[in-house]
Order: sequence, then C-alpha cells, then structure tokens
Amino acid sequence: MTTTMIDSVTMFRRDLKHALRYPVMTISGIGTAVLFLLLFVGVFGNALGADFLPAGAGRYIDYVAPGVILMAAGTGTAATAIKINQDMLEGIIARLRTMSIARMSVLTGQVIGSLVRTLLSGILVVLVAVALGFRPSATPVEYLAAFGVFAMLTFALTWMAVAFGLATKTVAGANSLTLILQFLPLISSAFLPTDSMPAGVAWFAEHQPYTPIIETLRGLLMGSGIGDSAWWALAWCVVLAAGGFFWSRALYNRPRGA
Amino acid sequence: MSAIEVSGLRKAYGKHTVLDGIDLHVAEGTVYSLLGPNGAGKTTTVEILTTLQAPDAGSVTVAGHDLATDPEGVRRSIGVTGQFSAVDNLLTGAENLQLMADLLHLGKRAGRERVAELLERFDLVDAAGRIATTYSGGMRRRLDLAMTLVGRPRIIFLDEPTTGLDPRSRHTMWQSVRDLVAAGTTIFLTTQYLDEADQLADRIAVLNGGVLVAEGTPAELKRLVPGGHVRLQFSDPARLEHAAVRFADGTRDDEALTLDVPGDGGVGTLRTLLDRLSHERVEPDGLSVHTPDLDDVFLALTAKSPTLYTKDGVR
Ligand SMILES: Nc1ncnc2c1ncn2[C@@H]1O[C@H](COP(=O)(O)OP(=O)(O)OP(=O)(O)O)[C@@H](O)[C@H]1O
Ligand SMILES: [Mg+2]
Repeated sequence: MTTTMIDSVTMFRRDLKHALRYPVMTISGIGTAVLFLLLFVGVFGNALGADFLPAGAGRYIDYVAPGVILMAAGTGTAATAIKINQDMLEGIIARLRTMSIARMSVLTGQVIGSLVRTLLSGILVVLVAVALGFRPSATPVEYLAAFGVFAMLTFALTWMAVAFGLATKTVAGANSLTLILQFLPLISSAFLPTDSMPAGVAWFAEHQPYTPIIETLRGLLMGSGIGDSAWWALAWCVVLAAGGFFWSRALYNRPRGA
Repeated sequence: MSAIEVSGLRKAYGKHTVLDGIDLHVAEGTVYSLLGPNGAGKTTTVEILTTLQAPDAGSVTVAGHDLATDPEGVRRSIGVTGQFSAVDNLLTGAENLQLMADLLHLGKRAGRERVAELLERFDLVDAAGRIATTYSGGMRRRLDLAMTLVGRPRIIFLDEPTTGLDPRSRHTMWQSVRDLVAAGTTIFLTTQYLDEADQLADRIAVLNGGVLVAEGTPAELKRLVPGGHVRLQFSDPARLEHAAVRFADGTRDDEALTLDVPGDGGVGTLRTLLDRLSHERVEPDGLSVHTPDLDDVFLALTAKSPTLYTKDGVR
C-alpha cells in the first residue's frame, strides 16, 4: 500500500471512532431523509399522487422513494462539512500539516468515512421506504447500478462538503452551506414531475444536477425510462467531484487565515 | 551546525507588515526564545518556520533543509506545539498519541511502546483512557506536547507553551523542556513571560514592531537597561524633602513619597547606603532593592517610546 492509502486508512479509523462516539450527526442525516419520506408519502402522498402524477403512472411512493433515497446523500454532507471545519478550528489540520505525512490524508480519510456512513444511511432509507410500501421492480444488475449511482453522487457531494468545511470560518457557516446540497432536491423531479411546475421553476428543476440523477435512479429501480439522464448524471457527478476535490486541495494548502 | 537559520524574513498581511526583516541564528541543542507583546508576530514566525505559511521574502533553513525548496525535509525534522492545543477532543489521550504514532509509521510494537512511554512521562497514565474533552487545561497542554514528541523530532517549536497554566504545570513544562534539551533537542520557544525565557533560554530575541529590537543571552539583555536602584519609602513630604536634598542623584516621586537611589543592590553598596542614611539622619519607613530583570528589558524595549516606561512606572 502507498503511504497515502495507509495514512488515509488511519484517518478513516479515527473518523469511525468519532462516528461511534458521537453518532448524533449521522443519525440526524438519516433522520432528515426519513422525515421527508414520511412527510411526502404519509402527509401529502394521496393529494400529490392523485393531482399531479399522470394517470397510470403508478403509486406515489414508488415515484417519490428514489428521490428521497438520493436526498440521504445530500443530508449526509452536513456531518462532513462540520467535521472538517472542526478539525480546522481545533488546529488538528494545522498540526497534521506540519507533520511529514501523506498530505491530503486528513481529507481523504474523512471522505472514505463519510462515504461509508452515507451509504449505510442510504440503505437504511431504502429499508424504511420498503416498509412504507415502496416496491422497486429492478433486476439484480439494476440494483447494483442503482447502488453505483447513489455512491457516485455521495462521493461528489462529499468532496463539495469537504470544500465547504474548509472554506467557512465557523461550524454554523459550514452547516449552512450544506443546506444547498441538502434541500436542492426540493426543486427537482424528486417529489413532482417537472412539467407540473410553473415554467421558470420547471426550467430550473430540469437543469439542476439532482433531476437527471433522480431520473436515472428511478429508471433503474422502477423501469420508468432513463434516456440521456444517465449521461447528465455522470457528467454532473464528475464535475461536482472534481470541483470539490480541487477546491478542497487549494483551500487545504492555503496558509492560515489567507 | 545551526538548527535554524533565518535571514531577511519578511511577511505582511495586506498593508500590515508583521515581520520586516528578521535574522535568527539558533544553534543546535539550545533553547532559543522569541519574546514579544501580543500581535508582535511570534505565531507568524513560528508558522513560517514550520511550513504553515509562506514568507514574502527571506531565506530560511531548518535542520539543514531549505524551507522554500525542501519543506518536506523540514517537516521530517520538526515537531510543533501551536499556541492553542490541537488535540482530538473525541479521542482518548492514548488514542491521540497512537494516531500520531500511526501517521508517523512507527510500527505496531514500537508505536505502542512510545505511547506508553509518553503517557508515563507526562503523567497521563490515569487519564489515558478518558476522552480529551474531560481533560483540564494543563493536561491538554501536556498531551499536546506529548503528541509533538511521538516522532522524536530534532527541533521542537513551542508557541506560548505555558500560557494559562498554573505555577505547578508551568514548572512541569519547564522541566520537560530541560529534559529535551539535555537529550540534544533544539527548542524554539515563544513566550510572553520573561521569567520563562530567563529560566529556559540560552538566547533571547525580542520582537517588536516587525523587527528584533534586542538579541542575546539573558545576562546580555539585562545589561541593556539602566541599572537597579534602592527605593526609600517615606511617610511624609517633609522627610522626603529632607532626604532628596541630601541624595541629589535620587529620583523622587512626590505622590508615592519615594526616593529611588541608584545602586546595584549588592551587600557592599547597601552597607554604604545604610551608613550614609544614618550619617545624614535620613529615616525612611521602608527600603526595597530593585535589580533590573527581563521585565524591565521587555517593557523598555517594547514600549511605544522606549526608555520611558519601566516596571516601576514612569521614570
Ligand atoms: N491571517 C491574517 N490576516 C491578517 N492579519 C493577520 C493574520 N494573522 C495574523 N495577523 C496579524 O499579524 C500580527 C501578528 O500576529 P501573530 O499571531 O503572529 O502575533 P503573536 O505575536 O503571536 O501574538 P500573540 O502573543 O497574541 O499570540 C497581528 O497584528 C495579527 O493581527
Ligand atoms: Mg501568538
């Protein structure tokens, strides 16, 4: 193994200890997604399903579950940004930067930790959705691909969250920035088809990153047709991941306070 | 060989010049102390020397490695304890040390042994299994230093290591520094406490207004300010007047009713002074000896208009 990998694993183990000792942030990430699932299925479900879904489009829970599952990738980012920000404020990052270690291992260790935690959260949300009546029609290969889509989005959002954590000067600031990632799905095709929205909103919803990713996941799980969404999904994830990575790297190497 | 070599170091934040051409020379195996008031640029200097910040100009060599071309070599040779404790609050003391050992690739056995040894040495054995949030300020500082030592660095930077510690903890920290130096380590220490520099440092540099206003051994620095004096305390103005006439070289303070007579406070000088007092029938209520210490040096050198202020007030 290269030193980068060894050091990243060391930092990942640290992150794991944190998650076990202080699970509140992980739980609240899962909780937010589950709450949205309950809200849209239980509270608004009947009304929305009847009024906005085209006739014969199936049950509302089957429509909404893929979007909410992807929301779990977004709600997991708060913990990531907060933890990176804390490491910076507490001087941990400065300490590690004066040591002769694989330079980015603090960040990569955190990314691995966030990835593991968020993937588990995603699985949990799927189980809750199934308990509420979600019945995907996917083949094993499609399930695997769906998992890949979720992992890809999580990876991309996590690097953005790392950058947010490094870019902000307070924990509250870091948390606030991630709200964009957490609640962007509200104006996407997650809860309603975009053609049921007012023109301006619909345009935004159709062109923001979550929509093609949601369409891809929904297509894989429910067989609703993917079209070119998969390519857009891939492109967005690559752009977000690369953007987050290079931004993080620049911020990480930046001198104190500059 | 010198451990740290700095010449012409400059650093500005925007228009605010913090370091305006600093030269430092730290010999291996010695304690070098950088003194300065708040905001003088001590932390900035430490951060530049430890690769956290880039200087605007100047050349820096640490442990023979050029900071500009071989920062990784510098990092391999140094240990840093910053101004504010950088310990992981959610890990125990032992885990914090183990994290350092793992990142430095000490190996399983050697790592565990090093952790146990440092816990012992810094009196943290009982607290080893508790998470760091439960530590007192002194314990955190000890853990912080212990973490710095895991990799046995040749040069250690300590930025205000005893600020906020009680006297006992300060002495423990001082002893740790002495032990390290005895083992051949070079220490670069910043402090606002003059007695700390006086106790520990082989050489002291005083940083003020972006430049080093003095540099030398503690003894050399003490020679820089006016000598000591004997303060005579009186109970009424008439007696002060009576004394002031006879001791024309004294400095009187009519409000405090004191007269400062120059003198180094040695036994001989004191005996002469006492003889003269009784001869002139000067009867002070009290007498105190003031020898110049680094506080006088510090205050004189870092005052806005130098020499106006001393520890004893306006002269
Ligand atoms: N990132 C920054 N941006 C702008 N100014 C800064 C920055 N960092 C430090 N300064 C300024 O540089 C000066 C020196 O700061 P520094 O922290 O080095 O002082 P110090 O001697 O360590 O002080 P203290 O004893 O309070 O720790 C201060 O005036 C400070 O406000
Ligand atoms: Mg400082």
